[in-house]
Amino acid sequence: MAQVSHIADEQASTPVSSSKSITLRIARYNPEHDDSSQFMEFTIPYERWTTVLEAILEVKKHFDHSVAVRYSCRQATCGSCGMMINGKPRLACFTKISELKSDVVTVEPMNNFPIIRDLAVKFERLFDTHHKIKPYLIRDDAELESDEKEFLQSPEEVEQYIQFANCIKCGLCNSACPTMATDSSFVGPQALAQAYRYVADSRDKGKDSRLKIIDESHGIWRCHFAGSCSQVCPKGVDPAMGIQLLRGYLLGFRG
Amino acid sequence: MKESTIMKIHYGTALAAVALVAVHVLMRLTMGFAESLEYESVLANYKFIPYAAMLELILILLSIHGFNGLRVILLELKQGRVYEKAVSYGCLAAMFGLIAYGSRTIIMTNMGMV
Repeated sequence: MAQVSHIADEQASTPVSSSKSITLRIARYNPEHDDSSQFMEFTIPYERWTTVLEAILEVKKHFDHSVAVRYSCRQATCGSCGMMINGKPRLACFTKISELKSDVVTVEPMNNFPIIRDLAVKFERLFDTHHKIKPYLIRDDAELESDEKEFLQSPEEVEQYIQFANCIKCGLCNSACPTMATDSSFVGPQALAQAYRYVADSRDKGKDSRLKIIDESHGIWRCHFAGSCSQVCPKGVDPAMGIQLLRGYLLGFRG
Repeated sequence: MKESTIMKIHYGTALAAVALVAVHVLMRLTMGFAESLEYESVLANYKFIPYAAMLELILILLSIHGFNGLRVILLELKQGRVYEKAVSYGCLAAMFGLIAYGSRTIIMTNMGMV
């Protein structure tokens, strides 16, 4: 325990070698006490490899530990640290300060999500819509319980959906979606892209039930194809394309 | 009705309306613009049954397409069960109202009431 404490002291007192620094503006808002969001500014030294998340953690460590931020893996895998960085939805752990090419870095909570506090937002709606489209393979129970059969696929069949399987549920696509901003019942690009991921999977037998779920008044037809969902995805998923391909099924162009 | 069926109608009416409006514009080009808008000329168009039928079809296609577009816009602006029902039925009623009013003009002209 003493050793852990020593390491912590050493980290806190490590001299910063960088001569470069940025002004980090963090949106502070507690719905229980505040009427509106206010920005707090901090001057943070950074290196070429410093990420926005590291800068925020620097603020928590040295200036104000009460800044609320959600993060976990720090390697763009868990999807926890999504936020607006200089006005664009990005993962804080995946965004280097040097690549922003700005002396001022503004971090705010993601758009289209209710704020819990500061940079942390509620994910209930995203998880609800994700759950609604049945994000799992649908097969007959007898087939799934059988040990004899494997569901083999050709590389071409995998190619049909594999990019959509890279979704980390970070919510950046929903945050960038203009329809999500006005339509509180819209399914959203994340769930629609996942619907396509399973509809296009040759092993899945739930196509009809999934298409029925998204074919309603606040479903797939409310997408305006702004394409911003695809632009902000840190994993290269193209939800806008998935939505158009799903529309092909509903309009009868695809089998 | 399924939303996909409504949207198929939406896209279909748009394509058909573009084609028929193109025919309508070409027909208007057979005479001068000012002349085509003269009272007698308009009445003559309504009394020529094939052309009147085409105008009636354009009216129906544009009403369906336009009011469904309005319904979609209004549904995205605000949500709620009562509001959404009011928007859907309101747009349907307005659509039938506009078609009825436009048809009435054509029918009255053909019956010699104008």
